Amino acid sequence: MTTTKAWRRVLVVLAALALLAGACGGSTDDTSQTTSAPTTTAAETTAAPETTAAPETTAAPETTAAPVDACAVENLALVNPGQLTVATGEPVFPPWMGVGDDYFDVPESKTGYEGALVYALAEEMGFTDDQVVFVRTGFDEAIAPGPKDWDFNIQQYSITDQRKEAVDFSDPYYTTRQALVVLPDSPVIGATSLADLTDAKLGAAIGTTSFDFIEEVIGVQASVYDDNVNAISALIAGQLDGIVVDLPTAYYMTAVQIPEQGAEGIIVAQFAASAQNPDEYGMLFAKGSELVPCVNAALATLKGQGLLDQLDAEWLAQGGEIVTISE
Amino acid sequence: MRRGPQQLWPRRTKRRREEGSRGALIAAGSTIIVFGLILWVVLTSAAWPEVQRQFFSWKHFKESFPKVLGGFWLDIQMFIIAEILILTFSLVLAMIRSLRGPAFFPLRAIVITYIDLIRGIPILLLILLMGFGIPALQLQGVPKSEMFWGVTALVISYSAYTAEVYRAGIDSVHESQRMSARSLGLTQTQALRYVIVPQAIRNVIPALLNGFVSLQKDVALVFVLGVREGLREAEIYKAGTFNYTSYVVAAMLFLAISVPVARFTDWYTERDRRRRQVMST
Repeated sequence: MTTTKAWRRVLVVLAALALLAGACGGSTDDTSQTTSAPTTTAAETTAAPETTAAPETTAAPETTAAPVDACAVENLALVNPGQLTVATGEPVFPPWMGVGDDYFDVPESKTGYEGALVYALAEEMGFTDDQVVFVRTGFDEAIAPGPKDWDFNIQQYSITDQRKEAVDFSDPYYTTRQALVVLPDSPVIGATSLADLTDAKLGAAIGTTSFDFIEEVIGVQASVYDDNVNAISALIAGQLDGIVVDLPTAYYMTAVQIPEQGAEGIIVAQFAASAQNPDEYGMLFAKGSELVPCVNAALATLKGQGLLDQLDAEWLAQGGEIVTISE
Repeated sequence: MRRGPQQLWPRRTKRRREEGSRGALIAAGSTIIVFGLILWVVLTSAAWPEVQRQFFSWKHFKESFPKVLGGFWLDIQMFIIAEILILTFSLVLAMIRSLRGPAFFPLRAIVITYIDLIRGIPILLLILLMGFGIPALQLQGVPKSEMFWGVTALVISYSAYTAEVYRAGIDSVHESQRMSARSLGLTQTQALRYVIVPQAIRNVIPALLNGFVSLQKDVALVFVLGVREGLREAEIYKAGTFNYTSYVVAAMLFLAISVPVARFTDWYTERDRRRRQVMST
């Protein structure tokens, strides 16, 4: 019964489509205004985000000084009105979010550099802590075309020009350096220049600037893994001489992840960031999001108050001197 | 000259030809309507330009093609090596499983256990387990190469499935064949080798080719070990640019192999069917 009904409906729709197609095809220039309505609306809606996005992002510094009204909670274009829906990874890793034995994978704990930053930003924008709601996404979901069901995504996304073609970024909230993690028997221990690494077999997680660093700055072909855990497995299996990660993650790797697998990890060196191409993390927004200037304004205020340096000292900085390798 | 089936049933062939020309027209007409409608709906949808930019960008196509092609070449090499090993190893497994007699019980038990166990383990786990696990044992003389262990895991997993395909082929050969071979004085293994297995393989070639297509795609799974094969190169490109066109490139390369194999399978099956029809008449 229901299936035949459904089929009849499909037939009706198909017939209607066929009629429409015929109408569109047969229309001449003067009648096209009415019959080609679907195509003009299509062009309008797709063009809309681009035209609005361009002036907004360029005008970001100016809107900092603009009247507060546009960025008041009730005026923000939020996915869920009245709450800030923040997307992050599944799971989240220290030292970025959920630091401490009881807080692993708990972004609501307000711990870690990004965890504390999200709540500070929310407060600055006028949200209460209860209005901050975390959702989880994979890397792919965040960049897939179409509408998003979160306001912004924060999981150490490096800002690059190529990525800016698909999504929008906030101003940077952290500038990182790359570091080299090895096991005690690695042949690259004692390396002091990039030239010492040209024969090394190095690995990194996919989609990271660490990967780009191996290929473009060190100039060797990198082995690529789904995540740092697989890269560590390859390191322990003797398939890699070293892993390149950003410095905060390197601390976490050598303090927690590698010892958990029964081995000892060493940070052999950190790499000097190139001035013309710094590695900066930004919050990721849907292309054309109207929220970007408001988040940037809040971020600028927090920066001015010295909060980012505080967070750095509290969650990321560790003692000890590490050799710096520069070009 | 051999008489084909068309000479055997002239009336039926004539009717078929008449139906054929009308059928071709109808087929062409309905194809144009169906695909035209689909295309029209897709191309006029509001978000199409965005989707096109994300998945079908010519600029990204050109840029990612050489990289993905380089990785795909590695896929083909791994595929060929793995397929040869699988076809050999699984035939041995199937032959052992088909041996009769109580004396061979331990061998049969080992093979059955192997097939049951391996078919139950997800192939990805097997690759990770062998690729990261065995080299981590630091045994003397055991290779560490991730590619070596990746291909080995594929061979071990696929051989279990392929052995079952072979066994189905062996079982499909009529019992009288075995008995007549034995009555001619052939030993059990000789009967298998010269009488049963040649007929069995012929029966299961379409199923084996099906496994070909499947393996050709699963070879890509060794990327979890860090191997830069085609699909991984596409993923690396996507991760750097946030654009999925490189996956389309990878899909086209994989299709360039799997579609011809699928057409060949159909052609072979059809030819085999016709030959048997002729033989039985």
